[in-house]
Amino acid sequence: MIWGPLLVASAACYMIKLAGLSLPQRFLEGPRVQRIIPLLPVALLAALVATQTFATGRHLVLDVRAAALAIAAVAVLLRAPFLVVVVAGAATAALLRLVL
Amino acid sequence: MFTGASQFAFIGVIGAGGNPWAGAATAALLGSRNALYGLRLSSLLGVRGPRRLVASQLVLDETTAMAIARDKPELSRFAFLATGVALFCLWNLGTLIGALATQALPDPKALGLDAAPPAAFLALLAPRLRAREPLAVALAAALIALVALPFVPSGVPLLIVAAAVVLYGIRPR
Repeated sequence: MIWGPLLVASAACYMIKLAGLSLPQRFLEGPRVQRIIPLLPVALLAALVATQTFATGRHLVLDVRAAALAIAAVAVLLRAPFLVVVVAGAATAALLRLVL
Repeated sequence: MFTGASQFAFIGVIGAGGNPWAGAATAALLGSRNALYGLRLSSLLGVRGPRRLVASQLVLDETTAMAIARDKPELSRFAFLATGVALFCLWNLGTLIGALATQALPDPKALGLDAAPPAAFLALLAPRLRAREPLAVALAAALIALVALPFVPSGVPLLIVAAAVVLYGIRPR
């Protein structure tokens, strides 16, 4: 079932935003909270990049997605816009699958 | 849910065969940064009552960046609202088009669509890596996730990574 988790996650994401605008400043001012919250997206996005590139299900694999990620990384380093990075990654995987 | 990284993450976990609740937890954890944005914006925007309920939904990376870059409160409010409304309309329109279009696609893998999410996550991640600590945290997180992956259900490596960040952040220094 996807709808239950989806609705809960949506409500949570909205309540987090509302809390930021509503809570007194001191609630989020602790030094530990200030350190942890900016690092959470960094760590989770990095973990998502890794698991979505080097795994299928629960198996580690090395396939065309690794090359696609490398090309996407080059696009990022060249400061390409978001959409160009995504298309570069997808196009690399598609081309390699066509050729190999 | 209107916060891109969380939406991608939720879909990513489910698409990889993970438990939807693990996807929900990851989405909420990724959204936690919006609370800090809200905190910075609350004094700039000064929204109260029902308007705050609407403004909350527009608290995002982009709207925060646009709002705090202005030097007058009224310009901040305008930048926040204009960016937020434009994003809300275009983002959801794009999502709808994508949802309808993929039903007409024969084989997503032939188009490399499975390589698109990691590229998107990388593009979201890159601007956050401009210092040494986040770079080290990102590399450690990727490593932890891959090491844990064969041993736990799909989606759970992300929760392990989140727990590791919390442990790292609360350690005495």
